[in-house]
Amino acid sequence: MKNILNKDSNKVLVQGLGRDGSFQTEKCIEFGTEVVAGVHPTKAGENFKGIPIFGSVDEAVSQTSPDIGLIFVPAPFASDAIIEQVDAGIETVVCITEGIPVNDMLKVNNYIKGKKVRLIGPNCPGFLIPRKKLKVGIIPGSIVTDGKVGVVSRSGTLTYEAIVQLTMLGIGQSACVGIGGDPLHGTSFVDVLEMFEEDQNTEAIVMIGEIGGTREQAAAQMIKNSISKPVVASIVGQTAPEGRRMGHAGAVITGKSALASEKIKSLKSAGVYIADSPTEIGLRLKELI
Amino acid sequence: MQLHEYQAKEILNNSEVPIPDGKVAKSGKEAQEIAFSLGGNCVVKAQVHAGGRGKAGGIKLANNPDEASEHADNMIGSSLKTFQSGDTEFPINEVYIEEASSILKEYYLAVTMDFDFKCPVIIFSTEGGMNIEEVAEKYPDKIIKIHVDPLIGPSPYKIRNLISVFKFDKEISSQLYKIINQLYGIFISNDCTLIEINPLALVEGNNLVALDAKITIDDDALFRHKDLVKLFDEAQINKSELNAQKNDLAYIKLSGGEVGCMVNGAGLAMATMDITMKAGALPANFLDVGGSASEERIMEAYNIITSDDDVKLILVNLFGGILRCDIAARGIIEGFKKYKKSVPMVVVLRGTNSEDAKNILKESGMEIYFSDDLPNAAEEINKRLGR
Repeated sequence: MKNILNKDSNKVLVQGLGRDGSFQTEKCIEFGTEVVAGVHPTKAGENFKGIPIFGSVDEAVSQTSPDIGLIFVPAPFASDAIIEQVDAGIETVVCITEGIPVNDMLKVNNYIKGKKVRLIGPNCPGFLIPRKKLKVGIIPGSIVTDGKVGVVSRSGTLTYEAIVQLTMLGIGQSACVGIGGDPLHGTSFVDVLEMFEEDQNTEAIVMIGEIGGTREQAAAQMIKNSISKPVVASIVGQTAPEGRRMGHAGAVITGKSALASEKIKSLKSAGVYIADSPTEIGLRLKELI
Repeated sequence: MQLHEYQAKEILNNSEVPIPDGKVAKSGKEAQEIAFSLGGNCVVKAQVHAGGRGKAGGIKLANNPDEASEHADNMIGSSLKTFQSGDTEFPINEVYIEEASSILKEYYLAVTMDFDFKCPVIIFSTEGGMNIEEVAEKYPDKIIKIHVDPLIGPSPYKIRNLISVFKFDKEISSQLYKIINQLYGIFISNDCTLIEINPLALVEGNNLVALDAKITIDDDALFRHKDLVKLFDEAQINKSELNAQKNDLAYIKLSGGEVGCMVNGAGLAMATMDITMKAGALPANFLDVGGSASEERIMEAYNIITSDDDVKLILVNLFGGILRCDIAARGIIEGFKKYKKSVPMVVVLRGTNSEDAKNILKESGMEIYFSDDLPNAAEEINKRLGR
């Protein structure tokens, strides 16, 4: 599969043009993203800001050949939208929707196994590449600047926080990728780290993790073995009480490996620079470059 | 969403998982009648959303209906705090009266989701009746996990392998085989995130029965389980958290805190708590207003935070993405007008429509201190708390 950071063609299809979907799609277009089609079951034949709306993904694909699918469909129907896009042959699927049932994502994850598709999310802010004026999702375009730092995070708004800190310090971004807060997700830290390592426009990496699961440990292992670029990481949730679900379905502290302290330990041993406070992410990175 | 033991057992019973005879009681008198119908010898179990009831006095043996009545009267109307419940006291409004079993051996059986493997997992252990975390630590070889391909279901050969590891006799093996399949079916069809039978007991007559049952349902899937939603016992969570739940807000009260936090996004909310702590103040709560919060939802969030008497200062940290800051600002003002409660606020607004939002708040006449970023906000918190 080609690295999503280095594709030549980035035509976007948007599925789900309700209140949020429409608002955010407009922001993507304003940023410079080439949105070629919308999909909405009851708005077929209409257009949104001059972009044709189709009744099905299949139809939209055959007429507009999009490279990326962006999903704002409500949670009860979102897993079906992912499968519809995969079946239509879209190679990069970005699902913003939050609150998709675990069982639905279980089916999706199994369905896409071995298929030629990169799923980002769900429950994520999508990705943004300033250099290409490509914004696929909800990361605010006003806070990014073009540069050499790759940002990857599980949390949406915390991604923005890190980006702002970098931008304020005059450090631009090569790409910002939100992988989402759900425990069953598509693209992982490891996948994005791999993309950043490959990407010639990325010179350093910011990674923001949180309590719950063992994704950060997997990332640490990967960084140790195959990442040559400097990585700054911050893990949030150090003050979270144990055993409580902190909003993100993934952020439940169960078992020792899910603790912030364990994750920090394993990242440190992989040579990652740790920002002790989420307010110091930008400063830590500045020290390195 | 968690269910009570008696509710979980009803679900098990409907799928023909063997359970002891029993019935729920709301008074001593009811308990007495049920105990009588069960033959007198029974167990009285407090129905609360917390594990570790036995050690906390929430499970009592009764030798006759009068004793059952007495235990029930003592429990109902009181509350229970267990080693698993932290600071929370859970009110006991119902007790479950169950026939006493003569236990030969206790096992552990659960179905849950293994997110690392991205599939459901069946967990079995010969060390039942204990805290499974403790078993995992002390006797890891006594726990067996079966990962299940959701498209195939539990493979018979995997269950056979599990059974052969522990050298069960033929009769118990076939019972266990059946129970595992039944539990998995319940797990999938009810969108559970956990079914735990601890203990699964071998009782006199060589029968396996579920002596306890814990079921947790995926909150995100409740829209398709209206029947299960009705089972939820609202008394088991505190009023603010219940109010939050009804308004789609993720809220957790933290004891001893003084800075109320209103944030969008779980990650940023956790970071905001961490920053508050690093600034030398304690966060009073975790609150994520969610991605596309409406004015009403923000208004309720404002109400929940200001209803907490511990809160001396509010830190609002909103980063507009899918959330529009102007909508949030209006929600805060509406909350202020409707609930007439005012607490000084340190406000950080960035992203979508944040400038509009600042103007809206500036004109509101509320006591608000704006900060451009989080380090500044941390300083402002200290200043406002007089430190």
